[in-house]
Amino acid sequence: MYKYDNYDQEMVDTRVAEFRDQVERRLAGKLTEEQFRPMRLKNGLYQQLHAYMLRVAIPYGTLSSRQMRMLAEIARKYDRDYGHFTTRQNIQYNWIKLEDMPDLLADLASVEMHAIQTSGNCIRNISSDQFAGAAADEVTDPRPYAELLRQWSSFHPEFSFLPRKFKIAVIASDEDRAAMRLHDIGIQIVRNDAGEIGARYYAGGGMGRTPMIAPLIRDFVPAEELVSYAEAIMRVYNRYGRRDNKYKARIKILVHEMGAEKFIEEVEAEFDHLQGQNIDAPAAELERIIGYFEDPAYETGIDDEIDRSDPDFAVWVDQNVHAHKQPGYAIATISLKPVGGIPGDASSAQMDLMADLMDQYSFDECRVTHAQNIVLPHIRKQDLYAVWQKLVDADLASPNLDLISDIIACPGLDYCSLANARSIPVAQKIAQRFANIDRQKELGELKLKISGCINACGHHHAGHIGILGVDRKGVENYQLLLGGSGAEDVSLAKITGPGFDEDGIVDAVEKVTDVYVAQREDGERFVDTYRRLGMEPFKEALYG
Amino acid sequence: MKILTGNDLRTGDVVWWTGYDWSRHVSDAAEMGDNTPDIMAREVAKRIVNDCYLVDAERTENGILPVHIKEKVRATGPTVRPDLKIAPPDPAAGNWVI
Repeated sequence: MYKYDNYDQEMVDTRVAEFRDQVERRLAGKLTEEQFRPMRLKNGLYQQLHAYMLRVAIPYGTLSSRQMRMLAEIARKYDRDYGHFTTRQNIQYNWIKLEDMPDLLADLASVEMHAIQTSGNCIRNISSDQFAGAAADEVTDPRPYAELLRQWSSFHPEFSFLPRKFKIAVIASDEDRAAMRLHDIGIQIVRNDAGEIGARYYAGGGMGRTPMIAPLIRDFVPAEELVSYAEAIMRVYNRYGRRDNKYKARIKILVHEMGAEKFIEEVEAEFDHLQGQNIDAPAAELERIIGYFEDPAYETGIDDEIDRSDPDFAVWVDQNVHAHKQPGYAIATISLKPVGGIPGDASSAQMDLMADLMDQYSFDECRVTHAQNIVLPHIRKQDLYAVWQKLVDADLASPNLDLISDIIACPGLDYCSLANARSIPVAQKIAQRFANIDRQKELGELKLKISGCINACGHHHAGHIGILGVDRKGVENYQLLLGGSGAEDVSLAKITGPGFDEDGIVDAVEKVTDVYVAQREDGERFVDTYRRLGMEPFKEALYG
Repeated sequence: MKILTGNDLRTGDVVWWTGYDWSRHVSDAAEMGDNTPDIMAREVAKRIVNDCYLVDAERTENGILPVHIKEKVRATGPTVRPDLKIAPPDPAAGNWVI
């Protein structure tokens, strides 16, 4: 994985020193909150419902064991012994003290991590496919390209005060595991007919109060022009994006109102204008970055079979283990969704255990997924059973990946000052209602996503079943949505009708799954049945 | 009734104005009167709290509690982590789980 060079490290260390001074001045009363707020937000520190919340960037979701141990240490030393992995592959701490922030950031910097650009109207952490570098179906590892864009976008002076926040995802396979087209810019690394690597650009996607699927902007941009094409898009957005109304300031609104065709014209004109201006990194720099993402030293000729004689282990393998490009290896996903647990939360002890597993079994590496789970990307098949046994002991072996209890949920009103309703208790009740794993497997792939407000951090628009919490005259109310997908079959979910209370929404979810079970055809997932039948039979069951 | 709340500058903790100081416990909150703007200006200027504001509250059998659910959760802690809830100074003040 990527290692900071002196320039990277100096940038981060300098920022820590700068923020230390700013915190000291704030605590000494030399800065007002109004003056200090933009400074703390630029360092990922929010004032949330109960305390300060810190969001730490995890570039393209990749962590080393040393970094994971530091995240555990921060949870123990500065927080309340746990962290929350987010839908943008980051981690958040909910109980940070302002006076601890400088030391905390210094600790993070010691393992090449920071919280820069995890807030504010700038280019945020760049997300990617959690199976990058391990998946059998990818054209190449997308992370060097994400890293190149990370370097380009870090402290980019022209894009530090955008109309609104900006999110980029980079994948390199036809199967979209990163909700790529629901980002401001979505990039698919592809190979053209000549065998050259390049980028397929989408722009103008997003969720929030106005969900949009990003249209195709350009089918192929040569890899060596990846950055200048991104720069062209950003310049068009920076020039024409609305700054008068924050609800209309995202690039998706610009692309929608301008029209994709006109937007493309503007981007292409800007791209032409940028030619010859040396915006792109030299080829040697991309090669240098690619060098950090070379395959680990896989063993060859090792056993390619998995001993499935333990039935509980076999259930976990069936659900949580995926094919690896290297014979003898597998990709294992650690579910952070135990029944009754809080989606995405991990204790410091669990983080330490995951770091140990990374060290011992996965070439010192893991990935955070946008579905709030953790991936061990390179496990020898013959080690899977030992890994699973350790996960069982740590309550990390739920065999529920992509099943109904593998719920994405935002922190909701339990933690978030923007939320209108709680998300976590609803997720817990649904997981408990469907706790029987055989029942979950019978329902098959079913992506359920819950947001506690219209900002959609819980990706409810992209759920096969989505739930949106709203405030109805001071009482929590939950709208049900059906038919969304963040994958390669991307679609936006539609609201079924009037909302439900906290218990009613759990019943409603069960009713729509009953319709699915009664009416599905062979091989259909929930979302396939919905697409074939439309909303009516589901509405009939809900409101009949 | 109205009560005054803010977040402690150093820790970020939710705090409530008691009439002479700030408390972590909403049950200590004082009903605010006409002098509220003066208190708010003074306390923010002292750099003890960030952005204090008034919330609607009511007296219940468990003591003073905000009316709106968001402020209730804010006053009592996450509903999904009983171990992190703010214990009332009087253990008999009741079960605050919403």
